[in-house]
Amino acid sequence: MPRLGWSVLVGIAVIAAGVALAMLRVNPYIYFAGYVILQYVVIATAWNILGGYAGYVNFGTPAFFALGAYTAVFLIRSMTAPLPVLIVAGGLVSALLGLGIGYLTLRLRGTFFSIATLALSVVLQTVIINWEYVGGSRGISVLRPAGPPFGSYVTFLFTVMVGLAVGAVLVARFIERSWIGRGLAALRDNEEAAECMGVPTLRLKLFATTVSGFLLGVAGAPFPYYLTFVEPNSAFALDYAVNGLAMPMIGGTTSWIGPVIGAVLLGTASQVATVTISSELNLLIVGVVLVAFVVLAPEGILGLVRRLRGR
Amino acid sequence: MAGALLEVNGVVKRFGGFTALNQVSLHVKPGERFGLIGPNGSGKTTLINCVSGSLHADEGRILFDGRDITTLPAHRRTRLGIARSFQIPKPFTSMSVRDNLGIPLEYAGHARAGGAETDEILREIGLHAKAHLRPAGLTQIEMRKLELARAMAARPKLLISDEAMAGLSHAEVDDILAILFRLNAQGITIIMIEHIMRAVMRFSERIVVLDAGERIAEGTPEEIVRNAAVEKAYLGE
Repeated sequence: MPRLGWSVLVGIAVIAAGVALAMLRVNPYIYFAGYVILQYVVIATAWNILGGYAGYVNFGTPAFFALGAYTAVFLIRSMTAPLPVLIVAGGLVSALLGLGIGYLTLRLRGTFFSIATLALSVVLQTVIINWEYVGGSRGISVLRPAGPPFGSYVTFLFTVMVGLAVGAVLVARFIERSWIGRGLAALRDNEEAAECMGVPTLRLKLFATTVSGFLLGVAGAPFPYYLTFVEPNSAFALDYAVNGLAMPMIGGTTSWIGPVIGAVLLGTASQVATVTISSELNLLIVGVVLVAFVVLAPEGILGLVRRLRGR
Repeated sequence: MAGALLEVNGVVKRFGGFTALNQVSLHVKPGERFGLIGPNGSGKTTLINCVSGSLHADEGRILFDGRDITTLPAHRRTRLGIARSFQIPKPFTSMSVRDNLGIPLEYAGHARAGGAETDEILREIGLHAKAHLRPAGLTQIEMRKLELARAMAARPKLLISDEAMAGLSHAEVDDILAILFRLNAQGITIIMIEHIMRAVMRFSERIVVLDAGERIAEGTPEEIVRNAAVEKAYLGE
């Protein structure tokens, strides 16, 4: 318990630092870019709960993210719901989708599960493209609420994302250190053996897919207000699938800090590359770094550190 | 069969058009040392999978401790007291030997992981010095011992040892046998599936023989050795 108390304190300190940064009103681009990096902290952390802890590689990250975003679009259009409602609703709808793919794990493992999640993303995108109410293929413009704190809405969203990132990381850390995390690690190593050792594998997998889906939806829910325009290609972007997987793998999948390291490093690098080189090139950078890590350091930065310490 | 710990009644298991188990029945008494033998492909492991819950029987019923477990998932059966080791060891590769035991202790053994109980089991099995190692650093016999230790950590009433000795040397077989005898003396019922006849004949009080998914004989080791049908199943006409 004192351990959990400490991590909550650290979380509060991080949120306070975020708010302080927001009050400084530095160059607005900092908040704009910072939002994206923090959004990736949430995405990478969420992906890792299923992909890292349970070993089920999800290629359908865009589906969950976009479902969160489009749930928000729907609620903004139908009832101009406030941001907290959007975040909770976006999370819950994506959590339902997560529960759905959890049942897929009954029949599909390994590569086949991954392919199914990829297909899920394509199917969902097709549905959205044909749904005029949320903008269809042309997309939809969203009006931000007036009078945000900190002077600008993006700065406000930045602080919201700081809070969401801290929340996501705390959830991941709690899962990792609890009996749930140990059970997930066992089923990742060997599902049949885990089941025969008393681990309720199905229930744990459903838990992991649901929590992971919830957090991915949460990451997507503020997205309409961030860009003020949502269209399928940007909401279902390949970037989310690639980054969601690359960031935890580069940071290290076995610990909550891995996805955070990966998201901050890769997220910052691609923001810098977008400004200095080109916006098309940044996915290439992610790809090259990922390949390098898979070959040279399959356990990510955490694995490298552990190896260096071990010597 | 009154008073049986495990009762298998008319179990049928098909894979597509192939019948792996055809109306197999057997019972195991509390505290018994029970041998299950048969040529390769006779359905021993399939039967064990149906008992432990890795597979579900198409027909028939399985009772454990007087309770119908035919449709229970494997983890529930483990909690009721059925533990098994795997023919091909399936350790949790990312965890140390100690943490490998922690999983069944925490999930099925009703104990806290990493406590004194882990040490006790490791000492009993003879893996104490390797507690901090990952399974990749273990030898073949240590890996088999880890399988048994992990099954023990589930605190079973019935331990199913699926070819725990295949590929081991003479002395190593004796080592594993001694462990199984000790566990049995503590009151754990044991089903041994084994190809090493020297071991299974010495260990078992009663043996059932499977051939091509059917039960062809039952008896004491002496009776089984003299059984013509068994000889035919193993050696042909």
